[in-house]
Amino acid sequence: MTDLNPQQKVKFYQKGTYTTSNRLVDARARLVQASMDRNNSLTCGHRACQGCGEALGARYAIDAAMRASHNQTIAVNATGCLEVFTTPYPETSWQIPWVHSLFGNAPAVATGVAAALKVRKNKQVRVVAQGGDGGTTDIGFGCLSGMFERNDDVLYICYDNQGYMNTGVQRSSATPPAARTATTQAVGDAPGNVFGTGKNVPLIAMAHNIPYVATASIANLKDLEAKVTKAMHIHGARYIHVNVPCPLGWGSAPHDTVRVARLMVECGLFPLFEAEFGEVTNVIKIRKRVPVEEYLKIQKRFAHLFRKDKPDIERIRAIQAMADANIKRYKLLGEGA
Amino acid sequence: MEKPFAITLDPGSSLSNRTGSWRTFRPVYVDRLPPCNATCPAGENIQHWLYHAEEGDYRGAWDEIMRNNPMPAIMGRACYHTCENACNRNNLDATVGIHAVERFLGDLAIEKGWFVKVDAPPTGKNVMVIGSGPGGLSAAYHLTLLGHKAAIFEAMPHAGGMMRYGIPRYRLPIKVLDAEISRIEAMGVPIYLNTRVSDLKATMKERGFHAAFVSVGAWAPKRQDVTNDGSVKVAYAIDILRSIEEGGMPAEIGKRVVIVGGGNVAIDAARTAVRLGAEEVIIAYRRTRERMPAHQFEIHEALEEGVKLHTLRRVNECKEGYIILDKMVLDDTGWPVPTGQLEYLEADTIVMALGQDVDAPFLDHVSGVEKKEGNLLINDHMMTGADGIFAGGDMVPSDRTMTTAVGHGKKAARNIDAWLRGETYQPPKKHPVATFESLNTWYYEDAPPTVQPQLDIIRRQSGFAEVLGNLDEANALFEARRCLSCGNCFECDNCYSICPDNAITKLGPGRRFSFKYDYCKGCSLCVKECPCGAILTITEST
Repeated sequence: MTDLNPQQKVKFYQKGTYTTSNRLVDARARLVQASMDRNNSLTCGHRACQGCGEALGARYAIDAAMRASHNQTIAVNATGCLEVFTTPYPETSWQIPWVHSLFGNAPAVATGVAAALKVRKNKQVRVVAQGGDGGTTDIGFGCLSGMFERNDDVLYICYDNQGYMNTGVQRSSATPPAARTATTQAVGDAPGNVFGTGKNVPLIAMAHNIPYVATASIANLKDLEAKVTKAMHIHGARYIHVNVPCPLGWGSAPHDTVRVARLMVECGLFPLFEAEFGEVTNVIKIRKRVPVEEYLKIQKRFAHLFRKDKPDIERIRAIQAMADANIKRYKLLGEGA
Repeated sequence: MEKPFAITLDPGSSLSNRTGSWRTFRPVYVDRLPPCNATCPAGENIQHWLYHAEEGDYRGAWDEIMRNNPMPAIMGRACYHTCENACNRNNLDATVGIHAVERFLGDLAIEKGWFVKVDAPPTGKNVMVIGSGPGGLSAAYHLTLLGHKAAIFEAMPHAGGMMRYGIPRYRLPIKVLDAEISRIEAMGVPIYLNTRVSDLKATMKERGFHAAFVSVGAWAPKRQDVTNDGSVKVAYAIDILRSIEEGGMPAEIGKRVVIVGGGNVAIDAARTAVRLGAEEVIIAYRRTRERMPAHQFEIHEALEEGVKLHTLRRVNECKEGYIILDKMVLDDTGWPVPTGQLEYLEADTIVMALGQDVDAPFLDHVSGVEKKEGNLLINDHMMTGADGIFAGGDMVPSDRTMTTAVGHGKKAARNIDAWLRGETYQPPKKHPVATFESLNTWYYEDAPPTVQPQLDIIRRQSGFAEVLGNLDEANALFEARRCLSCGNCFECDNCYSICPDNAITKLGPGRRFSFKYDYCKGCSLCVKECPCGAILTITEST
């Protein structure tokens, strides 16, 4: 180094600005996932499919929770992909205290763990509950609402892959319209999943006026880590909804998992925001807006929309309208998008 | 072990489950050749010196340049930077301003008095270098770094060759040239000025030189006979450029000057004519602007200074104070043919800029040395037909740029070094070039290029002050950081953090990463999300 020492004068890191880390960034400001001594809470040898978005999202989230709690975290895990692929008896991939609950009662079990810690006057150990969209938006929904309403000191993380994937890709209440699943085949007048009214669990969580609600995506891992870290520094009921593409269920290439997630964010179908006590407080702007086709086209579950002889323009437009509504509602467009 | 009710197996870790056996494709870390490096005629590792500059390690960056090119302050100004045309960033916004950063580093080195240490033990071998242009200086420098003793013979009263007598001062100030030449001299390279070699072999024998590198350039202007009644003065571009440097102002070129030619020398002559006070300067070129060999940015700068461009023109004759030009048109093959129409330009001087020929009579008597179409012939190892006599620069078939000559000097030095040891130089194998398609540019921030300050137009038209200014430090740093690091890992941790299987080990700063093939399932997510294309998927061997 010369005596000129410019490090602090120019704070613009063009080279890989959006990468996980950058050698030019101060080591203390880097992500947990960039550090050589990260916890690897979810370690090698798990049985998730190639390119699993959920395995990636879960390691990020739980490693961040571990770092934020000085490695004092207990995780409660609903039945679902995450539980099945990490913990086939007698092996486990989890390198943290971890409790497997039923499919539908993870929020209630987590409430119980938090209550036990309170009884024992343990203020250090924190509780995280996690599950897929099936365990969260369908089966565990009642328990989740109860946990919110009582403001129990639990961070609930939903890894949303938009269906029941490990049981053979059945529809859940988080499956998007027009998507083909085993139970919503691409046949008939309205192929794929119905255009229902939607079930937006982050908004439902906000309606409980809990201290913290956020959406996150494996397309923006810095943001995911920051949101989990922030949530861990808040007490009371918290909810983070993480979008995690599933190569198997979505029919996307394993190497495209992050790309699909990115396109979903950039087209507006999955807005990234934070809310505190029922009010949206922060939104991640779209960087390079794309039409929904770019996102839909690389997934086989939407292939029927793009049949060469008869593209389903009407449904593509309806999906674009959903994206546009999000962009308007959350003000997702900033300068340059 | 005593087990609770209904439990039959001991608890275990999934680490015993080697998921690597699922894999049909295997990711591997690779290094690819960035397009800038691939096109640099001097063989600079541009990406690597930008890597140092990015973190503010300017000394490290300069040292890296000096491994290949001993004259960064000169190159940063007068090189035609083919690297910037090749830069992958052109596909995003605009090229990284490589020349501007190089100049910044070069000037900083002069200011700070940085110097290159010679570590090689002396070999006791002496090499004669003829010509102190970029080729000769580069050869002498690299020979010195390799432990040989090099001495330069120069016919002119000052060193630098075409860098002094061909490149105008508004592009390359004399103090910069002198500084970089004297740094090479200070390494122990004597430059014998005013010393024209007449008998190469005899001089080598007499002074104990074991090998020679000849790089005397191409100085003799190509001539074209033009019918002239004497009313228009005829001059040669290269002579005008040279005479300015030699001190005496060139003979009056008059107020109206027509330059014939379309190369960089034509542009230099035109811009020089503007500075000498000509009121109307016209470049007449036989083909279209797009086909001019001169670099477009030079043409642009000339036009800014008021030079006019008449393309599709051929000189017919000079008569009664007029230059009469044939108007041309391109035929189907792109060849200019006359239309029969004429253009009359009133002119005081016609300046011919039709290229230069090699003029090296001292080689005529050397047996083995062969020439073809005016150029000296050399083999793949830079050696002429005469054993131990090497050559490079404008004399040999090449695209005749200063940077090419520097590259020749380096290459010749390495070949001479091997030859002196009775060996043959084997250049290291090159990696495949990193294409734009191999990058994932999502991860890079938009960053418009920085602009070098420019002298205002009035001062450009009236004197030889340098046109382009230097970047300040903040801008140089910004510009260096626009580099995408095409094809070479810059340790952004993306692969390490993005692997769903935790199958990548981070080895620590400067040591990059490695795959845990016991667990990697071969999803190739790391390949797709590597910003710089430094991971490749290969088919798993069975």
